[in-house]
Amino acid sequence: MIVADRKPLDEILESIKDYKKIMLMACGGCVTICFSGGTKAAELLASQIKMAREKDGDPIEIIECTPERQCEFEFIDVYKDKLKDVEAVLSIACGVGVQTMNEHFEDSITLPGLNTKFMGYPVEHALWEERCAGCGDCELQWTGGICPIARCAKKLLNGPCGGSSNGVCEVDKDISCVWQVIYDRLVKLDKLDNLTVVREPKDWRTSTSAGQRKIKFEEAML
Amino acid sequence: MTEFEPKIIAFCCNYCAFAAADLAGAMRLQYPHNVRIVKLPCTGKVDALLLMKAFEDGADAVFVAGCLEGQCHYLEGNLRARKRVTYVKRLLEEVGIEGDRVEIFNLSSAMGGRFAEIVEEMTKKAKDLGPTYISKKFHTEAK
Repeated sequence: MIVADRKPLDEILESIKDYKKIMLMACGGCVTICFSGGTKAAELLASQIKMAREKDGDPIEIIECTPERQCEFEFIDVYKDKLKDVEAVLSIACGVGVQTMNEHFEDSITLPGLNTKFMGYPVEHALWEERCAGCGDCELQWTGGICPIARCAKKLLNGPCGGSSNGVCEVDKDISCVWQVIYDRLVKLDKLDNLTVVREPKDWRTSTSAGQRKIKFEEAML
Repeated sequence: MTEFEPKIIAFCCNYCAFAAADLAGAMRLQYPHNVRIVKLPCTGKVDALLLMKAFEDGADAVFVAGCLEGQCHYLEGNLRARKRVTYVKRLLEEVGIEGDRVEIFNLSSAMGGRFAEIVEEMTKKAKDLGPTYISKKFHTEAK
C-alpha cells in the first residue's frame, strides 16, 4: 500500500489562504488504512482548519467527501457538480490522487494535504515500514524475499557495506542492515548459494531514471 | 461585568466516573455547575474527533474520566483514551488553543469526592485560561 503523512498544518493553511469555500477530499484507499487520508482524518483536519481560520477572523466553509479511490476517474466523476460550488479542493490522498483530480477536472485546482512517503506495510498496528521502491526489476527471487533496494540506504546489491554493525545500519540505529537480514534469512532457508551467483549489473532504466514509466495491457484496452 | 463562566464537557465512563458523579450527588457534594456530563460505555469510545468537535462547538475545557489504570471493564479502553487525549492536545496546540484545556483522569466509582475535586480543578483552570477564541463568540452571543 501507499503510505502518506499529513503535511504540517501551517503549510496547508498557507496553501488555502485565498479560499473561502473548499472541498476536502479524502480517499477510501491506502491512506485510509494509514490513518492519514480517510473520512476520519478529513473530519479532524476540517475541524482544525475551521478553528484556525476562525482564529484569524477569516472563516472558511468546508465540504467533506470520500471517494472509494481518488486515483480513478470513475470514482471522482460523481463530484463534478459539487466542484462548481467550491473555489479549490484540498486532497488528502496520495500524490496520484491529487494529480488524477487535477488532470480530470482541468478548471479547478486540487492542492495536496499529504506528503506521500513510500510503498510499505504495517509491521505492527500504526507502524508502517517501506518495503518496495518500485525499481521496475524485482530482485526478491534471490534475496530471500527481502528488498535491498527499498531497505538499504545505498541500494547495494552485493552485500553489506562497512557501515553495518551488529546487524544495524549506520544511518539510523532503528534501521536493520538489510544485508544482515537477507543473509540470516538465506541461511535459514539453506539458500546461501544464491549469494555466490555472479549477476549482471542491475538495469536501472526500469526505475525512474529513464523518465516517466507506462504500462499498457493491450488485450484489455477498449 | 459578570464573571466568566466556562462551559466544560466531561466524557465519563459508565462504570466509574459516571457512577462517581452519581455518588457525588448522593453525597450532596457541591461542585461547579459548569460541567456537562456525557455518559459513555467506556472511555475507549472517546475519539479524537469527539474532543475536537466539543471545542469547535464552544467548550472551554474538556475532560475524559475513566477507570483506574488496570481496572478498565474492557481491559484497556482507558489507556487508549489517554493516548487520544495526548493526540488532541497536539492538534489543539496546532490551532492555537492551549493543550491544557483537555485532560484525562482516572478514578473509581467509589470516588465521588474525587469527581467533585476534578470538576473544581478543571473549572479553575478554564477560568484562569479564559474563553477560547471560539467560545468567546458563544459567550458573547449568550449575553
